[in-house]
Amino acid sequence: MYHPTVARLTYRGLLGRRRALVLFALPALLLVISAVLRVFVGADDDTARNVLGGFALATMVPLIGVVAGTGAIGPEIDDGSVVYLLAKPVKRHTVILTKLIVAIGVTVALSAIPTLIAGYLLNGNSQQIAVAYAAAAAIASVAYSAIFLLLGTVTRHAVVAGLVYALVWESLFGSLIAGARTLSVQQWALALAQRIGADGAVTAEVGLPVALTLLVAVTVGATWFAGHKLRTLSIAGEE
Amino acid sequence: MAPAQDVIHNIGYRNYAGARLGRAYARRALFSQSLRGAYGLGRSAKSKVLPMTLFGVMCVPAAIMVAVTVTAKLSKLPLEYTRYAIVLQAVIGLFLAAQAPQSVSRDLRFKTIPLYFSRPIERVDYVVAKFAAMASALFVLTATPLLILYVGALLAKLDFAAQTKGFAQGLVSVVLLSFLFAGLGLVVAALTPRRGFGVAGVIALLMISYGAVSTLQAIALDRDTTDAIAWFGLFSPVTVVDGVQTAFLSATSAFPGHHGPSTGQGVVYLAVLLALIAGSYGLLMRRYRKAGL
Repeated sequence: MYHPTVARLTYRGLLGRRRALVLFALPALLLVISAVLRVFVGADDDTARNVLGGFALATMVPLIGVVAGTGAIGPEIDDGSVVYLLAKPVKRHTVILTKLIVAIGVTVALSAIPTLIAGYLLNGNSQQIAVAYAAAAAIASVAYSAIFLLLGTVTRHAVVAGLVYALVWESLFGSLIAGARTLSVQQWALALAQRIGADGAVTAEVGLPVALTLLVAVTVGATWFAGHKLRTLSIAGEE
Repeated sequence: MAPAQDVIHNIGYRNYAGARLGRAYARRALFSQSLRGAYGLGRSAKSKVLPMTLFGVMCVPAAIMVAVTVTAKLSKLPLEYTRYAIVLQAVIGLFLAAQAPQSVSRDLRFKTIPLYFSRPIERVDYVVAKFAAMASALFVLTATPLLILYVGALLAKLDFAAQTKGFAQGLVSVVLLSFLFAGLGLVVAALTPRRGFGVAGVIALLMISYGAVSTLQAIALDRDTTDAIAWFGLFSPVTVVDGVQTAFLSATSAFPGHHGPSTGQGVVYLAVLLALIAGSYGLLMRRYRKAGL
């Protein structure tokens, strides 16, 4: 179910040349902000929660997820070179699963690890905030990668669709309609963070069992459906 | 006429003898094509969906506000003209992210750039035409809802002088915003021939800088270091526009606690804004020095 050559090509496609710049710029910015805040504000739990919850988990993780998830398959479908991959005797589900593993690896490496470091920079992991948010970032990375990989196979405007989900659904509807928060990857990840962090350090809208069930269901469902879409993919010309 | 002696086969090729429309015409054509393309006009129905939807999303809140103003007989509009684009910045950002790569990335990917430059246009014509087209597209997107608000305000018989002044200030602010966003979006989009990466790059530039700036501003407000709030605003395109209009166009700042820049800081904001526009023009000119490579 894992194909090393596909993995290598996907990895090169994601982190080759200038593309890595977008992916590396975000964690670098987070670390710079954290370092600056530590120097000028000092260690403070509220600041850490603001930065890790408001910037790292709400903005950085979805963006890296969009770029890595759609970037793992979107450009190949877009320029038609995916036919050379599909013509090889490799199962479509294997292709998707391999690409998902690479996307998850890249997203976790570029979001969870910087979040952990930023957390230690900001308040030295007091109240377990750094570990909690890093775990949340890691688990959110898995779900985001699967969702956005699916979007990459479904639509040519995968990046825009992914951003609309990440920005409009999670931020706008999430803040207006309480029910929408139950269906938000960010809140599911926060539920895990709530369990890990000290009492009251992190608040989530969803209970942990529901969150984990939904996370697993969405990840597995999206991956299966992406494999299914790839089996029935029609290569359309440039519109 | 008898065929010339030294011709073996004359299969009837003829030279073009009509009028040559020249460089200015080519530049105008490129401008109008790019502007129409930004809204999907002259392209497939599928590519009209996204820009037209975003255009609709941009206009609907204005129409609702007008309806509320008229029916509830409010004495002023629920939202200032200058504030409108700031509130709906996510829509503008998405439009730019979707359409700026559409405008330039595909020329790079399909290597049509050398074909453009085999025509009488020069590098500067291409850059100016694309820049102006993107800025105009953004201006249409941001000024139409303002026009709806203005017409609605006049229909609701609000004070004519005050509304006209607010509308004019709003227009100046969206002109600045259009040029700034168009420049930044095109610079990022022109870096990559892959449309997807262009989209992600543009949105990352806008959202990440805004996310970082507002996080820092919120912390500064918490810490009562309100002087810092205005200075942080210099590091994100939206907050730069917000700062300029707060300082010079009597807008209410969207910064936390309404701690907008003073007039002195406003000069810095304006300088940064103009430098960003000029800088993105310069970068685009540089980018197309080795066009198609």
